[in-house]
Amino acid sequence: MMKKKNFAKLKEGLAKILFLIAACVSILAVVLICLFLFANGIPAIGEVGLFKFLTGEVWRPGNDIYGILPMIVGSLYITAGAILFGVPIGILTAIYLSRFASRPVARLLNPAVELLAGIPSVVYGFFGLVVIVPVLGSSILTASILLGIMILPTIITVSKSALDAVPQHYYEGALALGATHERSVFKIMFPAARSGVMAAVVLGIGRAIGETMAVMMVAGNQPRITGNIFEGIRTLTTNIVLEMGYATDLHREVLIATALVLFVFILIINLSFSALKRRSEKV
Amino acid sequence: MITRRQEEHSIKEKNRVRTMPRIQRTCAAILRNLVRAAALLTGGVLVFLVGYILIKGIPHLNWDLFAWEYNSTNVSLMPALINTLLMVLISVLISLPLGVGAAIYLVEYTGKGNKLVGLIRLTAETLTGIPSIVYGLFGMLFFVNWVNWKLSLLSGACTLAIMVLPTIMRTTEEALKSVPDSFREGSFGLGAGRLRTVFKIVLPSAVPGILAGVILAIGRIVGESAALIYTAGTVAEVPASLLDSARTLSVHMYVLSSEGLYINQTYATAVVLLVIVVGINTLSAFLARKISNKSIG
Repeated sequence: MMKKKNFAKLKEGLAKILFLIAACVSILAVVLICLFLFANGIPAIGEVGLFKFLTGEVWRPGNDIYGILPMIVGSLYITAGAILFGVPIGILTAIYLSRFASRPVARLLNPAVELLAGIPSVVYGFFGLVVIVPVLGSSILTASILLGIMILPTIITVSKSALDAVPQHYYEGALALGATHERSVFKIMFPAARSGVMAAVVLGIGRAIGETMAVMMVAGNQPRITGNIFEGIRTLTTNIVLEMGYATDLHREVLIATALVLFVFILIINLSFSALKRRSEKV
Repeated sequence: MITRRQEEHSIKEKNRVRTMPRIQRTCAAILRNLVRAAALLTGGVLVFLVGYILIKGIPHLNWDLFAWEYNSTNVSLMPALINTLLMVLISVLISLPLGVGAAIYLVEYTGKGNKLVGLIRLTAETLTGIPSIVYGLFGMLFFVNWVNWKLSLLSGACTLAIMVLPTIMRTTEEALKSVPDSFREGSFGLGAGRLRTVFKIVLPSAVPGILAGVILAIGRIVGESAALIYTAGTVAEVPASLLDSARTLSVHMYVLSSEGLYINQTYATAVVLLVIVVGINTLSAFLARKISNKSIG
């Protein structure tokens, strides 16, 4: 009897430890990712020089000139473009789905948004390549439009759940004061959901800046700084994929350092996202 | 019973009938049409994208595309399709026990305000936001070079397992939380230990929710390409072992479209990918409906 009880206790303890180990895998993964990116990227930054690396305008691996400013600017350009196209349409669609759509329409549009989220980025890229590129060329504009479409589902689902979470009596109060349905939604419901909608935008920015394959297929990939939206550019993400295949020595380490810069961007975006989310939950 | 939407609709109608300043009426009409236009555009983009690929791709679907061998005269997608299945299987096999175990620890074994729990949540959130190319690079540095598995199915699967881990963790957590506490109390009251309660009572009730998470993860694995190019490589053959390189369907499609020689086959491959994605979506929608029905009943 005593033995059986001890055995059960042992089993319980063992299980708890196993679950704990499983739970710690995500910590381990983040630590390993940081460790390997920093250990492989920092020496290259040291060799090139942090200032030269981040603000150098010329990327010419053949001559050992590594400036990633064109890629940083490129990433910012197409992210801004994607936000310009994706955010207004995404938020308006979310408002429509949350407050305007009749039930049959919502039943059709909700799965459509989910499907949009599920389509692989290579399929988006290919679609951009055969439909948008022939019209607008491989350019900043093309990449921005395509990315704008790709971040739509993120913007829509996150803003919609923020709008749905606003208490119904806000809406009823506005109506009681004589506002129209539209006015109540735009002047009362939408401002109340503001920080949730901001979180959606930040998440969208994260998606856009991290997207690789689709951008690579439509952006032209020239490492240059240009203000012309009909010209091609290269982003941080595509720079890695394009050259990793044949890079060696310092060139290779510099590419890893490029990923490190991207990683730091993403960490900043993530932190602001969780801060916004926490704030919207408090409201 | 009058639903919220019907109620809102009747209010809208009343508003329209009620006399109000013209400027207010036009304002309302503009906003109304604006949101409608946005929704129409969103739906339209999806219909156009899917329609375009289907119309261009379906005529080029033929049996040659599903031949066992890939070669330069017949760019069969069969090996890539099998590799995709293998990749899904191995990634989920690695990720599922870890994700479910982690969720069990977070929900069943710890109280609120635990420092370790906070750290686990924070790192899981961080993992969610990391772009796939960074995963790919990490996989290359760690699994391919450091562990020395080379470009292989296993390197790719491990990389993807980490990538989908937060998804599985989060959905399992939600599913476990939705199991009523009375179930656990009943089990404890009958003398079962915590472990037995978890496996015999809590987990079975949470299965649909966990499955929904797994399906979500499968969707991501099927669509992934950036994380696989430098971890699993691009060899278009069914690998003989876990340590051989293997390209999945998404990577296959990327290679075809960047070679640019097989445009029709690329369309057809896109059709196959879309069909898989639609199938996965339908399945997860079905499961989600099942879960919500259960919580009402």
